[in-house]
Amino acid sequence: MKKKKGNFWIWMMLSVIFRLLMIYFPNLNLSSRPEVATPLTSIHRLAEGYWLKQSSMSPYTGSMYHGSPLLLSLLGPLTVKRIKGQPDHLLCSFAFVVADVLSALLIRGIGQNLQRAYYQSLKLLKVKLSKNSEIFPAGDIASLVYVWNPFTIVACVGLSTSPIENLAIVLTLYGASKGQVPLAAFGFVMATHLSLYPVILIIPVVLLLGNGLDAPPRKFFFERTRSRVVERPSNDSCSQQEEVINQPEVPNGFSLRPVMYFLLWVSLFSAYLLLLCGVSLKQFGGLWEMFRSTYGFILTVQDLSPNIGVLWYLFAEVFEFFRDFYLIVFHINILFMILPLSIRLCHRPLFLAFVLLSISAMLKSYPSVGDSALYLSFMGLFIDELVDLEFSFFLFCGYIGISLLSPVMHNLWIWRGTGNANFYFANAMAYACFQIVLVVESVSTMLNHDRKLRKLSAMKLSR
Amino acid sequence: MASFLRLISLLCLPILFAVSVIGSVSEGAEEDFSEDLLLKPLPDRKVLAHFHFQSTAPSSRSNSYGRHHHLFPKAISQLVHKYRIKEMELSFTQGRWRYDRWGGFDSISSSNAKPSGVELWAVFDVPPNEVDATWKNLTHSLSGLFCASINFLESSTSYSAPKWSFHPASENMRYGTLPREAVCTENLTPWLKLLPCRDKSGLSVLMDRPSIYKGYYHSQRLHLLSSEFDSDGVDSAIVLDQTLTVVLQPHSHRGTLGYSSATQLQPSWSLSSIFGRRVIGKCSLARSSNVYIQLDRGLMAELQGILGEQEKFAIARASSEGSISNPAFELSANPDRVHMEMSNGYDKHISVLYMFMVAAKYDDSEPLDLRFTWKIPIAWSIPQAPLYVTRFLLGSGNERGVIALQLKSTKPRDQLMPDTVFADSCSLLVRVFQVVPWYIKVYYHTLQVFIDDQRHIITNVVEKMQVSPSKDKVSPGVMEMLLKFPCGLKSAALTIEFDKGFLHIDEYPPDANQGLDIPSAVISFPDFFTSTQFVEKNSSKSPILLKWQGKNPILSYTEVLLVPFTTPDFSMPYNVITITCTVLALYFGSLLNVLRRRVGEEERFMKSKATRKLRVSHLVSKLLAKLRGRQWEPSESQSHSSVSNSKSKLLFKVILVAGLAAAWQYYFG
Repeated sequence: MKKKKGNFWIWMMLSVIFRLLMIYFPNLNLSSRPEVATPLTSIHRLAEGYWLKQSSMSPYTGSMYHGSPLLLSLLGPLTVKRIKGQPDHLLCSFAFVVADVLSALLIRGIGQNLQRAYYQSLKLLKVKLSKNSEIFPAGDIASLVYVWNPFTIVACVGLSTSPIENLAIVLTLYGASKGQVPLAAFGFVMATHLSLYPVILIIPVVLLLGNGLDAPPRKFFFERTRSRVVERPSNDSCSQQEEVINQPEVPNGFSLRPVMYFLLWVSLFSAYLLLLCGVSLKQFGGLWEMFRSTYGFILTVQDLSPNIGVLWYLFAEVFEFFRDFYLIVFHINILFMILPLSIRLCHRPLFLAFVLLSISAMLKSYPSVGDSALYLSFMGLFIDELVDLEFSFFLFCGYIGISLLSPVMHNLWIWRGTGNANFYFANAMAYACFQIVLVVESVSTMLNHDRKLRKLSAMKLSR
Repeated sequence: MASFLRLISLLCLPILFAVSVIGSVSEGAEEDFSEDLLLKPLPDRKVLAHFHFQSTAPSSRSNSYGRHHHLFPKAISQLVHKYRIKEMELSFTQGRWRYDRWGGFDSISSSNAKPSGVELWAVFDVPPNEVDATWKNLTHSLSGLFCASINFLESSTSYSAPKWSFHPASENMRYGTLPREAVCTENLTPWLKLLPCRDKSGLSVLMDRPSIYKGYYHSQRLHLLSSEFDSDGVDSAIVLDQTLTVVLQPHSHRGTLGYSSATQLQPSWSLSSIFGRRVIGKCSLARSSNVYIQLDRGLMAELQGILGEQEKFAIARASSEGSISNPAFELSANPDRVHMEMSNGYDKHISVLYMFMVAAKYDDSEPLDLRFTWKIPIAWSIPQAPLYVTRFLLGSGNERGVIALQLKSTKPRDQLMPDTVFADSCSLLVRVFQVVPWYIKVYYHTLQVFIDDQRHIITNVVEKMQVSPSKDKVSPGVMEMLLKFPCGLKSAALTIEFDKGFLHIDEYPPDANQGLDIPSAVISFPDFFTSTQFVEKNSSKSPILLKWQGKNPILSYTEVLLVPFTTPDFSMPYNVITITCTVLALYFGSLLNVLRRRVGEEERFMKSKATRKLRVSHLVSKLLAKLRGRQWEPSESQSHSSVSNSKSKLLFKVILVAGLAAAWQYYFG
């Protein structure tokens, strides 16, 4: 175990060194790849927004910049500062490397917490799962997956702002899993402010704060106690306040206090954030202008430049008359699954967060590989539960195939002119399919895992 | 009979009297029309022909005919009054003006060299919030008037409001171009309709369509200046200038084989050889009708060098046979007047203008057919603008690119000085006005300036810069810059990066694979003006000479850029929609399926739970029974609830089918 810990830090350092090496490769031109930089996350657009702001225009004049005004004041100066003899945007790259490392460390913290809770609940159920006693350090694995994922590296070196968005999301989940309400609220507000989609994380965060970390369904514990306490009606929904069970080891029911605190902090932070944005945009049309060109831009899918998602081509081709309909359909699709998922996975809020993140990465209007990198590393957190994931090799090969084919198709279409938009779109389609299979299979595996736990604990009982 | 005549004259007397009174009132403000034709040999063996028609109308306040005109086109005056136009210019151009060969430092090139396609700008005398609406109406009117798709300038993505870099700086100005508009005779005919004589007599007879459109460059322009709405309506009037500028290649009849290409004899030409027609007489409604032949400064300098000092004035002297003849060239007719340019301080060479009045002496039997014959081979260079401007694209692929604007000095260093210059702070000011359509997403922060291939800091060169970035599908990007270059400049370049946007399939123009156009940039030199003063202060001020005497700013237009764009598959909308929706359904269905799937013991568990649910089914069957109006037997359903359920379902189906059959029988039987 000690040795493993040492290994972790070595790999971490190596990843940082690798990133720095990549930054010094001048001709990679990753920052203009459609897979890396979307209209929301491109550093060029940020630099343009900063330039507009410096020349006393609203950063949202024109249709270039669609990010947060705070990001502009944070990263903007870094885009213009140059160090002689060094590559352009060196300081920006440093900021992104730092963000990546921080995210990785936070993911490690989440993983360690999660694993501790998992083994504790296993002990409560008196279930022994693995035949060999080897325990994977899920946190280390998840954080190394995050740091060494080619998607993350590309997003970091390609100077897209997604490392910072990811950091805000990870911060939310870290704060929620540690029970640090202000931190969670801060991360939540920032993440929502930066890219809107994390707003659906409010459900897993509330569940995390209310119910605690992931555990097998509570009814399993009740079933164990039923032998002693007679007539326990088991309940499917666990978001209700459960009756008191006088078992010290059984996890508590939903506690409202931290949730209320969380909501309070969220409203506090968002008020503060809006104030800051209002101050920085006071002479340029105010907050309404900001909402219109950030959230409005995300929701109406105005930019039709190709990316790894499927929406750009649909909206480039769809008849103008149906445009609103499809906009509603695509956004509803994200929202629609939230309720069934949160009913079924309410005992596993972090896993729910992973599923929601992957769904939004798949269906968001301007997806990039940075989003995929985040949910793929979150998968590493559930290494014990998702051991029996089906099609894992197939999916692995699929992801590799897509990430190799997609640049080829893009090159054929855009640069050589020998290909066709359909080639690239087919790739995006296949990528969406792989993501769908991944989500569906991991949800199914997790539910099966719960069933297995239940069976094992029932067997223990009957014995 | 005599008494009848007397009666008539008595009756007419008051009318005649009234007419004469009104005529005397509006003595100074008559409608007026004059026509001019300028011919000019160009260094690259071509001939420039420039028609200039000017119509003026007095303001409506002093107009004796009320809302009617007898010379001035009524359509134009209605346009001016309806849209309250202060100034307007519309040009239709085919071909590209070659600034290096055809000149860039005279009033023809600065006002008649236009970007290809349609260019329209207008200044309105309306409140600023009504300007856009007025512009839109104007484009539609003009589109109807000139049979062109000017109405495409209505969309806010295609016009812009230059602040200060375009010539008449005004808040109420709008500027738009259509680079891809094809110009042909269907646009010329309505333009000719505005002339009082159309092309039936006068100089416009020369406009033989095949010979005009055969040329290398052809620009038809309409300029409108109205002081109608000025508060001090002293000389308020509408001035309509219609010009047609063509560059034609005369056929060289004489064998020129004896000369090498460098010393080739310039082709000789005559009106009939370049137009295929001759001038028979003037338009009788025109006040003046003149033909000019201009020899520019460069040519004169060369001629003086060849002819020598003693024959310097032979150029301007008529020979006895009623023609001008000197060792260099011969003109078939004797000019009515020879204008020598007043020599100014910094250029010792002067240009010469021969004027031929189209008077009554020409008729069908003896038409005016000017013939210009070269005797010796001669090569000269034409006056140039201080900088020669080209614009081009850098980069490959359909994702991004760079627009580069290159400025090259045309003169040796000592001549590159504006009129008012101080030795210590010698600088050359250049104004750039560039409109970029929204689908070219320009990164203005990537602007770079290179002077003599050395990268310079932007703030050292750019004196003033105003940018209004493009908004997707709303407005084009406008860039206005004032650059300050050092005088010893050899070449300078501006580069700016852009991303190519991706459009909706409906937004691509027809033949999208050809690419989309970036309109010409306008480069002007605020320190330089052309002004040609002639020595003779004579009475006959023809509009073309008056125009030349005024201060004309030096403008040059760059090339229109064709940007290749990538296209989506235009034939695929149904496929894309169905495939995408299938994938979405796959996601939705399979995930929901996973979530609601229960296996083994869970189902058993659900079954045991289902007993509680029976109560609900009880209620339903009770309700059904009520509806059927029958007594409900609880005992039966209590014990065999599932049986009764299926029974009631069956019964319901039977009743439904029977009801449908009865209804069918009733209505259609």
